[in-house]
Amino acid sequence: MADLTTNFAGGIRCPNPFWLASAPPTNSGEQVMRAFDAGWGGAVWKTIGEPITNVSSRYSSVDWNAQRMMGLNNIELISDRPIEVNLREIAEVKRLYPKHAVIASLMVESKREAWHEMVKRAEGAGADGLELNFGCPHGMSERGMGSAVGQVPEYAQMITEWVKEAARTPVLVKLTPNITDIRVVARAAKRAKADGLSAINTINSITGIDLDTLEPRPNVDGKSSHGGYCGPAVKPIALNMIQQVNSDHVDGPPIPMSGIGGVSTWRDAAEFILMGCGTVQVCTAAMHYGYRIVEDMIDGLSNWMDEKGFVTIEDFRGKSLPKVTEWKHLNLNYRIVAHIDEALCIGCQLCHIACWDGAHQCIHMDRVSGPGGAKGPVDGHVEVHAKPHEAGRERIVVTPIPKLDPPKVHIGSYATSLDRIPRVDETECVGCNLCSLVCPVDKCITMVERPTGLAPETWAERTTSAECATPQTAG
Amino acid sequence: MEWGSAGAHAWLASRRTARRRNDVDATFTGHPEVAARFPDLHPALDARAAVIEANRCLNCFDAPCMGACPTHIDVPRFIKKIASGNVMGSAKTILEANVLGASCSRVCPVEVLCEGSCVMHGKHEKPIEIGRLQRFAMETFYNAGGKLPLRKREERSERVACIGAGPASLACAAELRQLGLQVTMFDRRALPGGLNTYGVAEYKLRAADSLREVAMVRGLGVEFVKRDIDAAALQELDREFHAVFLGLGLGAMQRLAVEGAMSSSVIDALDFIAGYKTGERLKVAPRVVVVGAGNTAIDAACAAKRLGAQSVTILYRRQRENISAFHFEYEHAVREGVTFRWETLPKAFASTKDGIVLTCVTMAQDAAGMPVPVEGTEFTIECDVVIPAIGQSPLLELLSQARGVALERGRVVIDRATGQTTNPKFFAGGDCVNGGREVVDAVADGKRAALGIAAWLNARREAHVG
Repeated sequence: MADLTTNFAGGIRCPNPFWLASAPPTNSGEQVMRAFDAGWGGAVWKTIGEPITNVSSRYSSVDWNAQRMMGLNNIELISDRPIEVNLREIAEVKRLYPKHAVIASLMVESKREAWHEMVKRAEGAGADGLELNFGCPHGMSERGMGSAVGQVPEYAQMITEWVKEAARTPVLVKLTPNITDIRVVARAAKRAKADGLSAINTINSITGIDLDTLEPRPNVDGKSSHGGYCGPAVKPIALNMIQQVNSDHVDGPPIPMSGIGGVSTWRDAAEFILMGCGTVQVCTAAMHYGYRIVEDMIDGLSNWMDEKGFVTIEDFRGKSLPKVTEWKHLNLNYRIVAHIDEALCIGCQLCHIACWDGAHQCIHMDRVSGPGGAKGPVDGHVEVHAKPHEAGRERIVVTPIPKLDPPKVHIGSYATSLDRIPRVDETECVGCNLCSLVCPVDKCITMVERPTGLAPETWAERTTSAECATPQTAG
Repeated sequence: MEWGSAGAHAWLASRRTARRRNDVDATFTGHPEVAARFPDLHPALDARAAVIEANRCLNCFDAPCMGACPTHIDVPRFIKKIASGNVMGSAKTILEANVLGASCSRVCPVEVLCEGSCVMHGKHEKPIEIGRLQRFAMETFYNAGGKLPLRKREERSERVACIGAGPASLACAAELRQLGLQVTMFDRRALPGGLNTYGVAEYKLRAADSLREVAMVRGLGVEFVKRDIDAAALQELDREFHAVFLGLGLGAMQRLAVEGAMSSSVIDALDFIAGYKTGERLKVAPRVVVVGAGNTAIDAACAAKRLGAQSVTILYRRQRENISAFHFEYEHAVREGVTFRWETLPKAFASTKDGIVLTCVTMAQDAAGMPVPVEGTEFTIECDVVIPAIGQSPLLELLSQARGVALERGRVVIDRATGQTTNPKFFAGGDCVNGGREVVDAVADGKRAALGIAAWLNARREAHVG
């Protein structure tokens, strides 16, 4: 049985790496205790600071293909409750849940004394660690806090140094993605001796506009304001930024990372950990479905670890980092082509039109008629290649149009008639993956290697090699 | 008569008066008791469910559902317009191919047409609910007061008569108007729409909804005239119109070949259905026997049940697997409480003071698989009403009066692509051509015939000019 216990950033201990991110689900002690009962390993308290006044409404979302909340946007500020209430509740939670991690997210005005005071009070309440909110992209940034700090490495470094002067518990710096190069602020945190990082905070966003009122969402009395975007939609952006930070050795080796950004399932969590994160933080999924989702996160991750033979989180943490490189180090002589399993094909022809209009025009509907079927129906793989210019101008420039009244007879031995099963011209196929991405049937289109017989060669090697210095005769 | 002569204008003016007299279809709402007893068989999709279902559609290229639809509705296109929230555009996509998109969405046997060909079957998933999505788009369109957009074209003076105001004629008339031709429809009944108005089970398609569709076709400028077309009238139309479309469907239900079957307790299945749909027949006697096991027999049997019959029995001379009703119709009848007696043939019919005594005989298959009566197996069934539903007879008497129009086995012979009969001036489509098929087949026939008529008139016009 996998061991999910975690010791993060030099001393934050928790039963599992699943934390609730600093957000509405961690607004109060009552909520955090229910979350711990549901199984969450830790909680980053809704950011504590001088209480603010919020607006209504506050959230808006992006639905995608009838799925709700593919992405969520908010214009809510930090905690609207008095500092002493939050701290009192933290103390209460820690008293009742000593083995769970409570991290105090903090945001105060940029004064050394104010930060010293806040750090001492939070630690005094029993917080296991501190997270500096340098990421909030809306509202607070207009007041010189949140991402206004996180976008200026000098400020971030300065405030982190102030915090470190007073802190006895691990200090995490939460990074904003609303910056050209996220590594710059990560380096500032490292210079300030931060114990760890959290990334990413929400992304500046306007989710949409009501096409009846012409008012953007979320609507506050007829007006809107940019908010912070999160949820499943941002996961790829988060993974990339985390990879960038976790592979960066400028100003010292990478420091512990708590991954945030669209983590909804154990699979997402596994990916963030493979990219080097020690813990993950979840918000949107919990806001959508409640704390109960953590049960499958724990169960799914444990089962996967058992299956893969990983005993602890450390056994696989960061294992995918070395597998990310710069483009110039990719092997130019590796070649794959699309392969369609005729027995699985349902004849939707999405690969055909995707390849024709969106890729490289190498998937044809000609097993029964045309070049592919010139010698009779093609059952199974037959490589028939016609250079585009030989196929005739019409075939090249005209997007195929659907045919009415298709042949009524069933051709061939597959469940789908051969005239509906596309054929790949492997000579033209560039191995782009698009057809396999659009294919609705699992394992129907696979990308198979066609060895080139050439030694691996990268662009970096090619451009620095001796041959490259002289003009090539063939390409 | 000359093209566009003064006489023609006078004739049109007189017909306009006739049309005003026959605007009943615009106000017909149906009897409230019928509405209560025959509520929608399948619930409508709500807006959100429609979007979810629309998103499930793979958006196949060269989609098989489109080929499987006799009217070739661009199914993925209209479905993805629902997904994008462009429901009016979706409805117009449907109407472009099939002007009776609303009734087809309710009466089409989608299991054997579009949905039957859905690629989802290939991966063992439920096919996309194309019929219900189409219904959602069409109902949204009608509820929003949508109007069929008239194509940009030149108004032409040639006049076409459509005989019958059922689906084939409606589709033909709508397309002819879209091509700029003048159209007058003739029907013997008070309400237009043919079987869509009078013959489809109310829980599938309400007469009022059929009439809403008719009103839309009327909105294109089609003129409706209530007139029973007999041989003399046919000759008149032949003289006065530049082309004639025969969309007159089939005639009465075939009579039972039994002794004494002329009793007033014997009700033709289509009359029975029309009777309750128009609100004229709201009751039925307790014991009902329906003879035949086609889709109309099922509709009549279920209607009898809903009108309060205690027992409804369907007699069929062959076995269950031989019935011409669709399987889902059979299952529906069973759910409604209809009893089936297989291999049973009524032979004689006697009225008593307690009702009807129907003498039946058990059937068996002979060596060739044909049903034959088994000697000495006679038995009786007591009932109050007998509803024959053993197919409609062709309107031979009238059709034989159409000058130069060849018939084959009671059906009008046409050129499939153009709908043209053996008399080039006459075109035909729908049940009088195919012997009785789906609404969607009639629509496809009517539309093809309209294009055929326009092409034929164009050729004549050019010949005149040349």
